Amino acid sequence: MEEFTPAPDSASIVSVTDRVKPVTLGMGVTSVHFLGPRAAFVGGEENVAFVDDKGEVTTIAVHSGGILSTASDGKRLIMGGDDGKVVSLDAKGEVTLLATDPKRRWIDAVALHPDGAFAWSAGKTANVKSGKSEEKSLDVPSTVGGLAFAPKGLRLAIAHYNGATLWFPNMEGSAEFLPWAGSHLGVTFSPDNKFLVTSMHEAALHGWRLADNRHMRMTGYPGRVRSMSWSAGGKGLATSGADTVIIWPFATKDGPMGKEPAMLAPLQARVAVVACHPKNDILACGYSDGTVLMVRMEDGAEILVRRNGTPPVAGLAWNAKGTLLAFADENGDGGLLEL
Amino acid sequence: MSEAASKIPVTVLTGYLGAGKTTLLNRILSENHGKKYAVIVNEFGEIGIDNDLIIGADEEVFEMNNGCICCTVRGDLVRIMDGLMKRKGKFDAIIVETTGLADPAPVAQTFFVDEDVQKNARLDAVVTVADAKWLSDRLKDAPEAKNQIAFADVIVLNKTDLVTKGELAEVEARIRGINPYAKLHRTERCSVALADVLDRGAFDLDRILDIEPSFLEADDHDHDHDHHHHGHDHDHHHDHGHGLKHYHDEDMQSLSLKTDKPLDPNVFMPWLQNLVQVEGGKILRSKGILAFHDDDDRYVFQGVHMMLEGNHQRKWKDGEKRESRLVFIGRELPEKAIREGFESCIVS
Repeated sequence: MEEFTPAPDSASIVSVTDRVKPVTLGMGVTSVHFLGPRAAFVGGEENVAFVDDKGEVTTIAVHSGGILSTASDGKRLIMGGDDGKVVSLDAKGEVTLLATDPKRRWIDAVALHPDGAFAWSAGKTANVKSGKSEEKSLDVPSTVGGLAFAPKGLRLAIAHYNGATLWFPNMEGSAEFLPWAGSHLGVTFSPDNKFLVTSMHEAALHGWRLADNRHMRMTGYPGRVRSMSWSAGGKGLATSGADTVIIWPFATKDGPMGKEPAMLAPLQARVAVVACHPKNDILACGYSDGTVLMVRMEDGAEILVRRNGTPPVAGLAWNAKGTLLAFADENGDGGLLEL
Repeated sequence: MSEAASKIPVTVLTGYLGAGKTTLLNRILSENHGKKYAVIVNEFGEIGIDNDLIIGADEEVFEMNNGCICCTVRGDLVRIMDGLMKRKGKFDAIIVETTGLADPAPVAQTFFVDEDVQKNARLDAVVTVADAKWLSDRLKDAPEAKNQIAFADVIVLNKTDLVTKGELAEVEARIRGINPYAKLHRTERCSVALADVLDRGAFDLDRILDIEPSFLEADDHDHDHDHHHHGHDHDHHHDHGHGLKHYHDEDMQSLSLKTDKPLDPNVFMPWLQNLVQVEGGKILRSKGILAFHDDDDRYVFQGVHMMLEGNHQRKWKDGEKRESRLVFIGRELPEKAIREGFESCIVS
């Protein structure tokens, strides 16, 4: 963890780097989640590594191949693989096979509903399985880029080329198409269920106010937005893709329409991942140079968690209480910070 | 250069229906090369080597929202590359097989437009498999076939055992009428050395012209490897190919420009930028080595439609002729305007 040369802008910054418990996983990491008390580091292929608060690592095999997509509600983690399988992992480390694509196609996207329903996609087909009811599927016009469940009701948003489709899987003929030219790769609902936001192949987000489908263009990023995280209470959407964390305001009924985003924690590196604290207006962000910061959203005050000088940060996660922060870079070197 | 070397090379394998793409692919995969390939195909089934990663793709061509009409990319490739990069280190190279009717441009452009793809992978070459027996017909009735020939860095002229020497000469001449710069290999059952189709560095600015002298010399001589045919038929306005019967393709041509006088970079660069902006829809490929006024370095560039990349490559060597050469391959190229524009870039 220790670096010989401090980051140029770290001279006056408060640092907690000495309080971080280092984690060395020895595998490429693509995302980080918490399942109960343990951090789950998702590998690029085959394995998930649990790390407990003592730093002990337990590796669990989940896929036979690359792990392409993940979603978690804090209790379980579901994953889609290039082996055509949808798999869940619970906090105890138990692996369950949830679905298999009949043609063994890649499972490009997964989503998890608070009530336990889950969704996955392969090619142009989105599938939903809810409780004991039958599996439902919907074909969209092009390959699914991303999936997200609405916070209320069983409603799925499917991002694809030229827009997004909203679908109530239990209602026949309910698919509603929200058009916007371009390729939409990621999707998220605001926690109040009023807005849908997609991340695009271009360096931009697009949003719709669901009451009237009014468009919100969120542009100006130098790079593609790969990470989006809603702040506690859903007042802001923090995003990667620039050399600062870009936070779009969603506190009012117009969302970010006609407003400027907040730009926090500027560094001479690209923000790679963001994760908002579950309770307070704090976020953690990881950069392309390996830096990890905690940032107070109110005034932009920064705390250094990890110095630069490594591969890009691949994942960041808070536990449900917000007392633990876990992170790792693309090479699987990371840490745990107890607050 | 080390950056280019660390990126995974991507070979685009194209060719009209039935030309033998799958045969070539199987040949590549089954050869004892000790390498592991990730192969992106459109249809599963006909290939299957346990050691390699075979990925099915639906060709989804997307327009970029950047106001550039010919700027299309393969959305499915962006997604697949993302997935493959999670398994970095598990394969040595990527081969993208297109459908027989595909335009190679969106595939190539994917590797220049998408930031994430560009960071991890580099386009190595476009390899086109052509059917010696039927290509001449397809060039008449299938614009896709013509595109694939025009776009190619390497052409595998297959099924040569099914044609006579005369027919072979004819089809080669037709190919050369469109694209005199690609490396051409005559094969039966796609029997070609792997080194001739893989790791060509055709889009690598550092290697672009060093490894392919025929590109430079094509205008004068030496793009005919062992032609038996010597019918001169010089009824055309740009002369390439001694010993090659010339066909001027009605709508797809190559245009080569050269001068031994230095170019003014302050005139040339805007001219080239503007040319590809305005005519980029017609220009499939472009390449060049340039000698700028008061500049001891060679400048090289290459482009696909409206996309250009260029850089200073190296010092001009002592005794090396400081000559600028440009090649455009495209459809209905405005030759007169291009020639005049180029002339205006010469330092007088």
